[in-house]
Order: sequence, then C-alpha cells, then structure tokens
Amino acid sequence: MLYGAYEYRKLTTSPAPFGEGAGGGAIEQRTANGEQRMTNNENIITVRNLVKKFGHFVANDHLNFEVRKGEIFGFLGANGAGKTTTIRILCGLSYPTSGEVNVAGLDIYRQRNLVKRNIGYMSQRFSLYDDLTVYENIRFYAGIYGLGRKEIVTKAEVLMNRLGLEAARDKLIRDLPQGWKQKLAFSVAIIHDPKIVFLDEPTGGVDPITRRQFWNLIFEAAREGITIFVTTHYMDEAEYCDRVTIMVDGKISALDTPSELKKTYAAANMNEVFLKLARTAINEE
Amino acid sequence: MKRFTGFVIKEFYHIFRDYRTLLILFGMPAVQLLLFGYVVTNEIKDARIAIYDASKDEVTRKISEKVLSSGYFILEKNLKNYAEIGPTFREGKTKLVLVFGSNFAEKLQREGKADIQILGDASDPNTANILVNYASGIISNYLISVNIEKVPMRIIPEVRMQYNPGLKGVFMFVPGIMAMLLMLISALMTSLSITREKELGTMELLLVSPLRPIQIIIGKVIPYVLLAFIDSCIILGMGNFVFGVPIQGNLILLLFECLLYITMALSLGILISSITSSQQIAMTISLMALMLPTILLSGFIFPVENMPVILQVLCHAMPPKYFITIIKDIMLKGNGVSFIWKETLVMMSFTVIFILISIKKFKVRLA
Repeated sequence: MLYGAYEYRKLTTSPAPFGEGAGGGAIEQRTANGEQRMTNNENIITVRNLVKKFGHFVANDHLNFEVRKGEIFGFLGANGAGKTTTIRILCGLSYPTSGEVNVAGLDIYRQRNLVKRNIGYMSQRFSLYDDLTVYENIRFYAGIYGLGRKEIVTKAEVLMNRLGLEAARDKLIRDLPQGWKQKLAFSVAIIHDPKIVFLDEPTGGVDPITRRQFWNLIFEAAREGITIFVTTHYMDEAEYCDRVTIMVDGKISALDTPSELKKTYAAANMNEVFLKLARTAINEE
Repeated sequence: MKRFTGFVIKEFYHIFRDYRTLLILFGMPAVQLLLFGYVVTNEIKDARIAIYDASKDEVTRKISEKVLSSGYFILEKNLKNYAEIGPTFREGKTKLVLVFGSNFAEKLQREGKADIQILGDASDPNTANILVNYASGIISNYLISVNIEKVPMRIIPEVRMQYNPGLKGVFMFVPGIMAMLLMLISALMTSLSITREKELGTMELLLVSPLRPIQIIIGKVIPYVLLAFIDSCIILGMGNFVFGVPIQGNLILLLFECLLYITMALSLGILISSITSSQQIAMTISLMALMLPTILLSGFIFPVENMPVILQVLCHAMPPKYFITIIKDIMLKGNGVSFIWKETLVMMSFTVIFILISIKKFKVRLA
C-alpha cells in the first residue's frame, strides 16, 4: 500500500489528541487545544426562532442558538431529529419557513451569495470527483471559490504536503483508499479559508483510526481560526467539541459544554447524556 | 467568470476521461448513417424472380427480357408448369413469379387482351408490394411502346420525383438520424451528467459554493452543445459527401436550426434531471420517452398524415417533427426563412417552456 508507511508514521509520531474510549485524557487534550485557539465570545452564527416545515411536519421547531467564533460546535441528534435540515438552512441550500438566521455577520435571506463565500461544506455523502485526479479536484474546488491561479498552486502544494499525498498528485480519486478521500474532501472544503466549515456527519462509515486522523485535521483547522460546525452520530466525538447541542424531535433539548452536560445529567459520558435526553422524548410521546 | 471557466473545464475532463461514451458520441453518427443509408433501404435491387411462360412466343420473350433487364430483377429459374409455383415460393429465394397465359401473342393480336399473372411473396408485404408495382410498371410501359402506332389518342404521364429524383432513402434518413442523435446526445447526456452529480453528492457542494445555479446549469450544457454541434456537422458532411444528399438551402441557416434544436433538447435534458435524481431513471426517461417518439412519431420513417387522429395530435407535440420538417425544407428544397419560420417559432417556444419549468422545479427543490 502506497500510503501505509505514511499513515503509520502519522499515528506513531503525532500525539493522539485523545485516547481510545475517550477517557479523561481526551478532555485534557481538547482543553489544551481550546487554549491555543482564538475562542472568544463573538458570535459567528446567530439563530433566532428558526422554524422549518415540510407540509405539516415540523423539522425545526423554534430553534435558538449561537455559535462562537473559533469554537468546535457539535450538533447531535438521532436520525430524523432535524440536524441536516438545520445545516442545509445555514449553508443556504434551503430557506427557513420563518425565523432569523445570521451566518458570518450576514443575513441568509438577503446576502446568500456573500454567505456562500464565507463557508465551507462537507457532507456525509462523499464529494470529490472520482474521475479527476487529486490535483484536479483541488484545483477545481479552489477555482469555484475564486482563488487565483498562483494561489491555487501554492495552496495545493501545502495541502498535499500536509496530507502526504504528493506522490498521489496525479492519481484518480477512485484509486485512493476511502480514508484518504475523506481527509482530502475535508481539506478541500476549507481550501478557501472560510470563516465557518459545516461538516455533516463527516466520519460516517469510517474506521476508528481514520476517524482519529480526521479529528486531527479538524483541530488543526480550528487552531487556524476556522469555526467548526459538526454533526455526528458518534458520542465519543461529541466529547471533542467545545460545546454541544442535542436535538430531539426538531427541538434543542440541551446546549452546553460536554463536561457541564455530563454534570447536569449526572452521566459518566456523552452517550448517557444523549440516551437520557432521547428517552424523555420517547416518554413524552 | 474565472469560476465558471474552471467549471466548464472540469466538465470536459469528465467527458474526455470516459472513452467509451466519447466513442459512442462520435462513432454513433457515422455508424447509424451507414446502417440506415445502406441497410435499411426501401429500394429493391436484384430481386429473384421466376417465370412460367406457357406460350413462349415473341411477345412474352420480349416482356421477360424487359423485366429482367430493368435492374430490379434477376431470373432465379424458368418454371415448366403451374404446379411448380408453390414449391418455388416455399424455397424462399424467389420473391416474384410471372405467369404468362397460353397463346399470349395470338390472343393479344386477336382480342386485344392477354392473360398475365404477377404473384408476389407477401410474407414480406412491403417488398411484395413494391416488386409487384415495379413489374406491372415495366409491363405496361412495354405495351404502351408497342401500341404507339395503333392507338390514335394516348395519354402518357411523365413522372418526375421532385427534390429526390432517385427516390433515395438516405434523403429522409439524414434529417431523421440528425433529429434522433442530437436529441439523444443533448437530452440524455445532460440529464445523465446532472443526475450523476446529484447521486455523488457533489451537486450539494456546488450549490453551497459561490457558483450560481444558472452558472452550474450553463456550465453543464456548454460541452454538450459543442459535441452535439460537431455531430451534426459530421452527419451533414457524411450525408453530403458519402450519400450525395444535397444542401440546397443556406448552410448558415441550417446550422442555426441545428443549434436551436440542440438547445431545445438540452433544456429538455435539464428538465428531466430536475425531475429525477437518479441516473437510471434519467436514462430510462430519455430513452423511452424521447427515442421512440422521435423515431415513430416524428414523420422520420412513417408519414404522420396516415396515422389515426389521436396519434397525429401527439405527433404535433413532438419537437423532432418540426426539426425534421425544417431540415428537409432547407436541405432538399432550398427553402429560406419565409417557409420555416413557423416551425422555428414552435421549437423556440418548446425551449422556453422547458427552461421555465426547469427553473420552477429547481426553485421548489431549493425551498
């Protein structure tokens, strides 16, 4: 395997930011990362009374939340809780039924095109072109975000260097292993230095090692000042977020730091927090 | 603009990386034209014929000679009696049997009429029909030429086939194949390329990017406009140089109409892809809903005038019909704008309608 050697080196030399099973070490590491980052109290996303209906079905029921500049904001919820609907609205892929939404200081109704320049997006569904090479994919995505030719060349070099993909520069994407595609997709999603990047279940269907490497990339991006808005199924990943929102049936039922959430719900880990919240939803029905 | 150029370049990469599709795109016009031009023809050459001549006199020999030297028929065998006719047909080679009654010349001389029978193998009705017509035409021509001195008054029709004196099939296949292939390339390929992005999930990424939806769609369409246009030039060129189909009218007008038709088909392709999100369905719709009507209901092969009223109405809703009419008018008759403006207008309206519906669908999906 061409990339095996590099993968091995990366795993052994770079300190893993969190241990297996997400014990106390992970939280320490996350806090350390947090200190390095420029997290402050300035809001980069503001959502007020956001409602989205599909016919009679209410996918988002009066959502209110803020995302602070530079933080890793986790968006959790079961399937069908309305996560993807919210993320699509924030990205300008869909209009809200009512409510105020402000992304990167811009109104999503009136300044949609400006919003688009300031955000990056990566969905669970894998999104690079199979029949283009690594370099062509990078060049294409950089190009549609309006980067200049010289800028594209330097950025592409840096990116491939960081991922150890120089040797695979002219390989077709379809010939790369899945984990590499995913990492490349993330790097491409932030190639234009967006203020915010939206990740919709970015680690779906990925093995644990690749997931860890993927989160390394996320931390790196956060250190560079990019706000991360991430939805996930994996509760251990929720621990790596600065703050976490848990959505149940289209409503926000909790929003706090992982440690506060665990304290409030007297839970040992995020998984328990989530189960307790989800159970109340079932009981209410 | 820079963004847009990058997008179009990417589209060309997709097309050129896919060798098989590319081969189909450029190979198909040539192959189809050769197939239709040489194989599917209504002209008859060298059909096998058997003759049972019961009188064997001067007149019957003359007539047989005429028939056999016409170029349409080859003598398979001479039959010795009437009973042989059945087995001869059953063998399958012989398509036509000519039977002369006994004392043919004598009867003709005396009574002014004689018996001649033309039997066709109607297990293939079209061919049988054509052969019988050819044969009886040759025979009556002969009789007229013989009787010229005797008949005081005569009417001899002089038949001339306008615009296609040789009644060549290719003349109608060239416009037909153009209508069919351009529809296929434009509608099918665009709808496939758009639904492919939807299936891959890359469409979402494009929509999140600063590219405008209209840029995405135009970017998708441009390469296929180019390819389809090259194809129409290939078909026209082959038609002209290989098969001798004339281009009587204005070439620029002809190319403009091709472009208009391509645009129409492309907007149909966009419409298809805005309805469906899977390549499979897009392909089925394009093939079933576009190809068959283009072949059957456009007047390409079967004349619209002979269809039941309901089908005729349906035919008028088929865009290819108008294109074929236009192409025939320009190529064969040399007509100018004054003759084809109506059809042109219809095609333009189709285009506008398709685009409007697509935009509406697109907005609904986004909301």
